[in-house]
Amino acid sequence: MVMGELAQETGLLVIGGGPGGYAAAFRAADLGLDVTLVEIAERPGGVCLFRGCIPSKTYLYLSELIFDARRAGSMGLTFSEPKIDLEGIRNWKASVVNKLSSGLLTLTQQRGVQLLRGRATFDGPDTVRLHDAEISRIKFKHAIIATGSHPIAFPGVPRKKESRVISSTEALDLPDVPEKLLVIGGGYVGLELGSVYASLGSRVTLIEHGKHLLPGVDKDLVRVLKKRIDTIFTAIELESEILSLDEQAHQVAVTYKKGGEEHTETFDRVLTAIGRKPNTSGLGLETADVKMNENGFIIIDEQQRTSNPHIFAVGDVVGGAMLAHKASREGKVAAEVIAGQPSAFDVRAMPAVVYTDPQIAWCGITETEAKEQGRAVEIKRFPWKISGRAATMGLDDGLTKMIIDAETRRILGVGIVGRATEGLIAEAVLAIEMGALVDDMALSIHPHPTLSETESEVAEIFLGSATHILSPAKKK
Amino acid sequence: MASVFKLPDLGEGIHEGEIIAVLVKPGDAVTEGDTILEVETDKATVEIPSPFTGKVTTVMVKPGDIVNVGDVMIEVDGEEAAKSTPAAAPQAKTEEMASPAPATENRPGVPTAPGQKNNGPVPASPATRRLARELEIDLSRVSPTGPAGLVTAADVRAFSDNKTTAPPAESPTGVAEPTAPGRPLVIDVPPLPDFSKWGQVTRQPLRSIRRATAKQMAVSWAQIPHVNSQDTMDVTRLEELRQRHKVGIEAMGGKLSLTVFAIKAAATALSTYPNFNTTLDIDAGEIIYKDYCHIGVAVNTPHGLVVPVIRDVDKKSIGALAVELSEMVDRARDKKTGVDELKGGCFTITNAGAVGGGLFSPIINYPEVAILGMGQARWQPVVKSVDGKHEIVPRFMMPLVLTIDHRMLDGADAIGFLNFMGRTLSDPEAFLLSMV
Repeated sequence: MVMGELAQETGLLVIGGGPGGYAAAFRAADLGLDVTLVEIAERPGGVCLFRGCIPSKTYLYLSELIFDARRAGSMGLTFSEPKIDLEGIRNWKASVVNKLSSGLLTLTQQRGVQLLRGRATFDGPDTVRLHDAEISRIKFKHAIIATGSHPIAFPGVPRKKESRVISSTEALDLPDVPEKLLVIGGGYVGLELGSVYASLGSRVTLIEHGKHLLPGVDKDLVRVLKKRIDTIFTAIELESEILSLDEQAHQVAVTYKKGGEEHTETFDRVLTAIGRKPNTSGLGLETADVKMNENGFIIIDEQQRTSNPHIFAVGDVVGGAMLAHKASREGKVAAEVIAGQPSAFDVRAMPAVVYTDPQIAWCGITETEAKEQGRAVEIKRFPWKISGRAATMGLDDGLTKMIIDAETRRILGVGIVGRATEGLIAEAVLAIEMGALVDDMALSIHPHPTLSETESEVAEIFLGSATHILSPAKKK
Repeated sequence: MASVFKLPDLGEGIHEGEIIAVLVKPGDAVTEGDTILEVETDKATVEIPSPFTGKVTTVMVKPGDIVNVGDVMIEVDGEEAAKSTPAAAPQAKTEEMASPAPATENRPGVPTAPGQKNNGPVPASPATRRLARELEIDLSRVSPTGPAGLVTAADVRAFSDNKTTAPPAESPTGVAEPTAPGRPLVIDVPPLPDFSKWGQVTRQPLRSIRRATAKQMAVSWAQIPHVNSQDTMDVTRLEELRQRHKVGIEAMGGKLSLTVFAIKAAATALSTYPNFNTTLDIDAGEIIYKDYCHIGVAVNTPHGLVVPVIRDVDKKSIGALAVELSEMVDRARDKKTGVDELKGGCFTITNAGAVGGGLFSPIINYPEVAILGMGQARWQPVVKSVDGKHEIVPRFMMPLVLTIDHRMLDGADAIGFLNFMGRTLSDPEAFLLSMV
């Protein structure tokens, strides 16, 4: 194929092949639209599949295996110390990513979505220019921007190849297992990747600027996680500020300030996990009349429509929770609206999961938000110390909490910390979306013995009918 | 950033109202809880408080406007608006993948609905919400039937059906709008002639109480086969009693009228004749018997006829009823009657005598099954038999009319009920002995 001024037209142009973009492209194709998907990488999948959710969860599963094998000794089952074969682990991760990405590629082809590799910039309100691609211009009837986000680099540290100061992207390549690793940022990426490296043998120190780990997550849930993390990480320094990162030949000298005192320590690697920025600069959005807010996020309405009525935006570029499942739903909403359906993003219970061990999962309103909004709520907690299933696994460090509207008894939010909460939270999402009352949760039989029982038990604590806990307050 | 204030739900089944007063103008500062609008709905005036604090920027309505639940009333710039400002970018100190806070409120460009600050969105399942979008229905306008205000798919469909079969608002007939649950009334009304052919006319919108009365009476007349029976009762002794005690009751703040006695007597009659305290559920093929005794009293006001309901008449003394009725009448005349005060009646009493009327034939207040009309008591010559001799004596005579729903009750029931009322009202001792 000859490179040149080849132009083409399409009904729907989707820019970006992550979970927001490919969900939008697939849905639009299923609804009969003529769809072109432009993606920088060879295959669709985006950060989630190549540099985010999937690789990190592949490793975190291994971390859980290592943890379980070690503690099995106290249950009378002793394994030998795990032998870590980094090459083998990298290959395993690559095979997982390859399997999923080739599946996506096949689906793209089967749906008749035209996949173009390249980078798109807007050239006007209805055209884009493609760079490094076979086709140079595309004129579209509608477009969906799904270009995602990238990790924020640590201020003052120039990005260079083979640096010892890395982001999540490089950390997921698993270049080595540093003897001493510093994680900057106590959000979930820092905690997840810190856990992976700790379980592979690194001595991990975490430095967080704020007062708490996982800002925005209810403190009672974080407390349970922190208790375990304290035993896995070498140190967690809260309310600490990085003053300088000095990269030396084989180490990084880190100076930080805590409680007025300066400390300097050397690490083999430094992982920065301090947030993500939307990929909106250099897209030519001004040319396309697409407006952004002061932080570079694209402004949209409830139907994902931007200030240009033919252009929609989904996923990390519109801000809010930067989560794959949020992007996918937004992508579907945008595709349906473009196809003429009356869809809207009216989600009431956005689930979020932190894949540490124990995991934290929550959805709906948090306790903190309920208090900020001045809502009359009742909060009930079921500690996993009294869960039979948690006891059988020796994993009783968990808590299930429910935030209930005091007047209507409607379930407004659920937060869970413990093993396998990623699956437990889905029931709460359905309950909240359906407008379920706490009674509905209590009266739905949960199988015994399971961790899911903690959700019906916490509802029964509200009603005063819990079996495994004494709850004096009776409600009719 | 401005917040818009939409007309909130005004109570069960009420979707529209007329703006009576707008108490704010652009530039005014309002505090959460301040009354900003007065809206008149089906016979009651509702004061609408501001859900937020701030400065009024725009007022979209004026007195006389007919507004629907969900319509934008005013715009306010202020605190509440500040709260729904779009999410800030992730700070350098927060985690990668940004704050995973699952709050949908933080979506840039999607302001949260004002007025729902502490209640959250209308509870409804995702599929119901989608259905509402397909039918272009604002969920906040749908009356919920699910638990704790949950709007179901059936509620949305019912609302949609109502919307599509209702006549255009400017329809001059005002009759065909179906309000009877489950049994839409469809009458082919011939078009009105052009009256201006015969002389000058002016047209005024049919509004508020007049319109509500028109609807209610049309439904009642179309649904209920009315039969009335009449008699004239000798209330001479009752009047003597009333005169003796009215000053005492007045000191308590009540007006001891003949209506008060009739209300209490009706409560006794309803407990004696429980068939009168019913409603027919034609669709279910059932008769609904009510174990409570709430009696509506028709009150004539300068704005029209209202029928507030006195609760639990069987549990209140005549003195207490006199006080309550006086207060109720005052509220009705001041347009302060609450929407809920107009609901839940079992039986209605209307006293045309209060405005000087004699015999008349009232229409039943649907879905009740009977109504008692009182005429003005007047001194009349009455033939009495004393010691075997007839003589004409002056007696204070009051006409009573009882109108019944002949689907539920028969003429004999009506006469029994009416005679019971007559015995009670003409003989205070019998009244005392039978009183519940």
